[in-house]
Amino acid sequence: MCDTCGCNVTHGNRHLIEEGGKHAHTSDDHVAIEVLENLLSENDHQAAHNREHFERHGVLAINLMSSPGSGKTRLLERTIDHLSGRYKIGVIEGDLETENDAQRIRNKGVPAIQITTGTACHLDAHMIHQALHQTPLDQLDLLFIENVGNLVCPASFDLGQHLNVTLLSVTEGDDKPAKYPVIFRAADHVLITKSDLLPLLDDFDPDNAGQALQQLAYKNPITLVSAKSDQGMDEWLSWLEAQLSQAKENTTEPATASL
Amino acid sequence: MHELSVCQSMLRQVEEIAQREQAILVERIIIQIGPLSGVVPELLQQAFTIARCGTKAESAELVTETQPVRVHCLQCGYDSDAQANRLLCAKCGDYRTRLISGDELLLASVELTKN
Repeated sequence: MCDTCGCNVTHGNRHLIEEGGKHAHTSDDHVAIEVLENLLSENDHQAAHNREHFERHGVLAINLMSSPGSGKTRLLERTIDHLSGRYKIGVIEGDLETENDAQRIRNKGVPAIQITTGTACHLDAHMIHQALHQTPLDQLDLLFIENVGNLVCPASFDLGQHLNVTLLSVTEGDDKPAKYPVIFRAADHVLITKSDLLPLLDDFDPDNAGQALQQLAYKNPITLVSAKSDQGMDEWLSWLEAQLSQAKENTTEPATASL
Repeated sequence: MHELSVCQSMLRQVEEIAQREQAILVERIIIQIGPLSGVVPELLQQAFTIARCGTKAESAELVTETQPVRVHCLQCGYDSDAQANRLLCAKCGDYRTRLISGDELLLASVELTKN
């Protein structure tokens, strides 16, 4: 289509652009519509629906984000070891390919739904909605969503989660929060993982990571954890339990008010 | 490359508006993007040239208005410019700030041709 030189105007269609023709442009034909809506409003709408769904079932949903290989699945395995006696946990796993991570979680006796995204670099609210059809929400207190390993794209998509946890392993650079501000800013808790390796690595300083986070106006907890040695696990688990009891209070409040 | 997903979502919104307004063509799409939105305007432009094919926005122009990163200091109350990875108060240096601009990802307006 070329509207510049008029080469698309032929004998056959000329009448359409002449006065009174279907494509005749007058000033009345041009309208500017103000919208001011989020570009991802479709996703946001679905995310809000997912959140309602979680809340109706009294489930706290936590989105775990990090680069690949920073220990999300390992952290979940250890978290399940500690908490599964007291809370009913479920996991949605996001990966480009394989059921490997879901299988590791199932081996712990916990329901796990694997989403394979193919080439997509992030989970979105629609994928979570699909996975929820197979998730026994009635039987859960806590649902972890392990996002695709990626420090960029997952940050832009609300899934309907209540909280974001971002992991940074000590085998990465301690300046990662400065390089990927969007994902670290979004965190409700930052976990510096694989802390048992710190003695072997002289180029990762947890204080530097903390400072980089502070420069992002990050005000939430930062915990140094190792799912291997259990360092920091108590702090992480008590934060989780505090969130669970807070969520329980929030869901029971409206019911009391309506009585 | 989540910009393609963002772009497809934007085009669905735009087509819905065009349909509602009974427009035949979308001439211009104006969006606002902040550096902390997680979306790169240049990549969105590239995605747009692919994603617009076969839609009413096939020949539309995508205009990006980038928004500045600005923070409000929760300690001293001062509003200042900041950088995406340095959101400190420019006056007192405190890190306890709130972002007041810079994370926008908005469809601001669309210009349509009717009839």
